[in-house]
Amino acid sequence: MSAHGAVTVDDGHEVGTTKLFLWVWFWLLLLTAIEVLLAYFQLHPYLMLTILIGLSLIKSALILSYFMHLRFERLSLFLILIPAMVFCICMMLIMFFPDSVRLMQMRTH
Amino acid sequence: MSDTEFEIVADSPWSGGGSPFAVKSIKFGMWLFIISDSITFSVLLISYAWVRLANPDWPRPFPFSPAILNASFLTLILLSSSLTMVMGVNAAHKGERSKTVKYLIATSILGAAFVILHLGEWFRLFNEGVTPWSNPWNVPLFGGTFFGITGLHMLHVTIGVLYLWIMAFGYGRGKFNADHVEVSGLYWHFVDLVWMFVFPMLYLMSVSLKG
Repeated sequence: MSAHGAVTVDDGHEVGTTKLFLWVWFWLLLLTAIEVLLAYFQLHPYLMLTILIGLSLIKSALILSYFMHLRFERLSLFLILIPAMVFCICMMLIMFFPDSVRLMQMRTH
Repeated sequence: MSDTEFEIVADSPWSGGGSPFAVKSIKFGMWLFIISDSITFSVLLISYAWVRLANPDWPRPFPFSPAILNASFLTLILLSSSLTMVMGVNAAHKGERSKTVKYLIATSILGAAFVILHLGEWFRLFNEGVTPWSNPWNVPLFGGTFFGITGLHMLHVTIGVLYLWIMAFGYGRGKFNADHVEVSGLYWHFVDLVWMFVFPMLYLMSVSLKG
């Protein structure tokens, strides 16, 4: 058994242990509960959206690394997939960014 | 390509002809689909975030009970289905065939429960006069974005449930192997991952603060 809670099974695959998956599941539920709680703090929508997206990014990182097995794959697979996706999303944000800044300055409440 | 041939090629990643990613093409194909589909959802969610923040009078129609409780329960269902799915993939790699089929069926039942409960939520909104094209607050974009994004996600869940049934029966009868189960698992976890963004952005940004 290796250090990060994964074991190698008969067909040569490295799989996570039940305990590891239960921990990931527990943390995902905890972060969801924090998000629901946050919704009832009357935060400004900009701040609220930023915090919610931040928490959701942590949750998706947990799902990608453990449930979708990416942490146990070769690094080259991660490098070919994730940076390309992040780059595409950033390119789309370029369209929204100038107008969003203008909106924030125009908005009074 | 047999498993041993695959191992030999995977040993020399960048020397040409082999797989630099050490995954089979079926799994790599699913990953490419997931990346492109995640960009589709990103476009929808970014556009939604823009119209949501641009409009100071965005409606907040979701009371704690039943809407937020229901949506939180949906999150619990999807996360638990991811857990059963990952246990199913583990069992498949260990060669435990009947256990795998049970986990796959459990996952698809949880997925079906998600669709049914979410449709119940939709019909509750329809009864309140909130439709994809009109609503009592005169913000038609609310319905457009809400039903558009949750609808596309629900379509993914429905396809996933069918996919898992096909995998459960096909794997049970020896038609598919553990790699096929793992790839169906990737799709299922991706559907779960998308909901991790849909739930906070669509529901929690529109909770009713009146109680």
